[in-house]
Amino acid sequence: MTRRKIRQRAPWPLLVLGSLGAAVFVLPLIGLATRTPWSRLRELVMSDVVVDALKLSLMTSVLAAAISLLLGVPLAWLLARVEFPGRRIVRAIVTLPMVLPPVVGGAALLFALGRRGVIGEPINDATGFLLPFSVWGVVVANVFVAMPFLVVTVEGALRNVDGRHEAAAATLGASRLTVFRRITLPMIAPSVRAGLVLAWARALGEFGATVTFAGNLQGRTQTLPLAVFVALEQDRDTAVAISLVLVAVSLAVLLLLRDRWWSNGADL
Amino acid sequence: MIRQATWCAPLLVALLLSSCTGRDSDETLLVMAAASLTDAFGEIGVAFEAANPDIEVRLNLAGSGALREQIVQGAPADVFASASAQTVQALVSAGLALSPTDFASNELRIAVPTGNPGGVVGIEDLANSELLIGLCGAQVPCGQFARQALEQAGIDASVDTNEGDVRALLGKIEAGELDAGIVYASDIAASDDVDEILLPPTFGVAITYPITILSESPNPDAAGAFVAFVLSVEGQAILHAYGFDPS
Repeated sequence: MTRRKIRQRAPWPLLVLGSLGAAVFVLPLIGLATRTPWSRLRELVMSDVVVDALKLSLMTSVLAAAISLLLGVPLAWLLARVEFPGRRIVRAIVTLPMVLPPVVGGAALLFALGRRGVIGEPINDATGFLLPFSVWGVVVANVFVAMPFLVVTVEGALRNVDGRHEAAAATLGASRLTVFRRITLPMIAPSVRAGLVLAWARALGEFGATVTFAGNLQGRTQTLPLAVFVALEQDRDTAVAISLVLVAVSLAVLLLLRDRWWSNGADL
Repeated sequence: MIRQATWCAPLLVALLLSSCTGRDSDETLLVMAAASLTDAFGEIGVAFEAANPDIEVRLNLAGSGALREQIVQGAPADVFASASAQTVQALVSAGLALSPTDFASNELRIAVPTGNPGGVVGIEDLANSELLIGLCGAQVPCGQFARQALEQAGIDASVDTNEGDVRALLGKIEAGELDAGIVYASDIAASDDVDEILLPPTFGVAITYPITILSESPNPDAAGAFVAFVLSVEGQAILHAYGFDPS
């Protein structure tokens, strides 16, 4: 893809305000870098706590993104394409976790899926399966906070899809599922990928819902953000080191995916 | 006119709010207190304000470790009431706090949800991997004390979660999500939804609460008055009502 570069001087108000905007994100990173114990970094990052948390964070965030994809794309399709009573309310509820403090979400999950929860109690009685304080609890908390990002992105794309291609396929005898798979999905693919990355990123940084719903145990439910929280009260060097790992992993993935996926026309 | 009115509304609300919280106070005292002091210091704050109408008390309640970190980072606080002598000592050594006074003591207990669904009878049950067991994290005093008690009892607890402060742990026991956890006697006294199991006195861990005025306090006089109030007969009576013992 060739892009024509138009060199032009930015109007100064945009330049000033935009630079201030960038400073909001750059300054904290500089702050983090100045507090980093560079000489001990390797030793701190290779500690059991950090390695366990990193593994767990990567596993649960990827799993949460995958589940969000599996359930979120069909949900977005329903919200965009099917007229049903209460659709606006459902849409609002689906996006609620983007606004709600995650701790509230975690408590609500506990009331629904916990051992004494509306659904959690019968499931536990019947099968002995318990979400809180387990790896799956972390994944559920992650899905809860992350999936809305995918749904919102994909639903927006579905609303902008030109309906003529789908109509043409249908007139040629394709079933509705085939139309979705062969026509709709490829057309919205860039948005699905963007939504997936957003959901993954949100899951990786998730703290409040996880600590409230899944608890905090090294090797089982202590993800990187939880490890940072604990370390901040104990040993700041470790906290800074873990934060740096989190920044490095996130930045690497976002840069890599941005080049490969977002450059060709995703509307983000 | 309508446009003006809509601009006015938030302003009006803000004014009303500020006049409510302001209450003609000329001094605001920021008190950092350990999470286990939540209820007792809530009432002490109200009683202190009643006795000193020109001082407003703001409480910042969190795990003692988090509070210490906030103080080190320069929080404009006046008084620090901690659940651990060690936490305060670290601040004194750093020149951030004046020498502390012990104002209360506490004991450890095992808390179980009302009715004890896990059938917990003693500290040895905390090693049962079938049960869901919670402790405070090792970064806060209640977690350090609990680990001392477990060590003294020779118990390797099967821990399912390390909560950030004692109130978070208590909340999960109250909700029945955990079968048992080690908390303070005062927390159990404050809750209607947990039962307590006494730890044998031989596993007792001495827990004293120190209070101190911070060196950088913007209102040292008011801070001194607050500390004196906590140590007064009235302050001690409130602490006792919430399950604390005299130091």
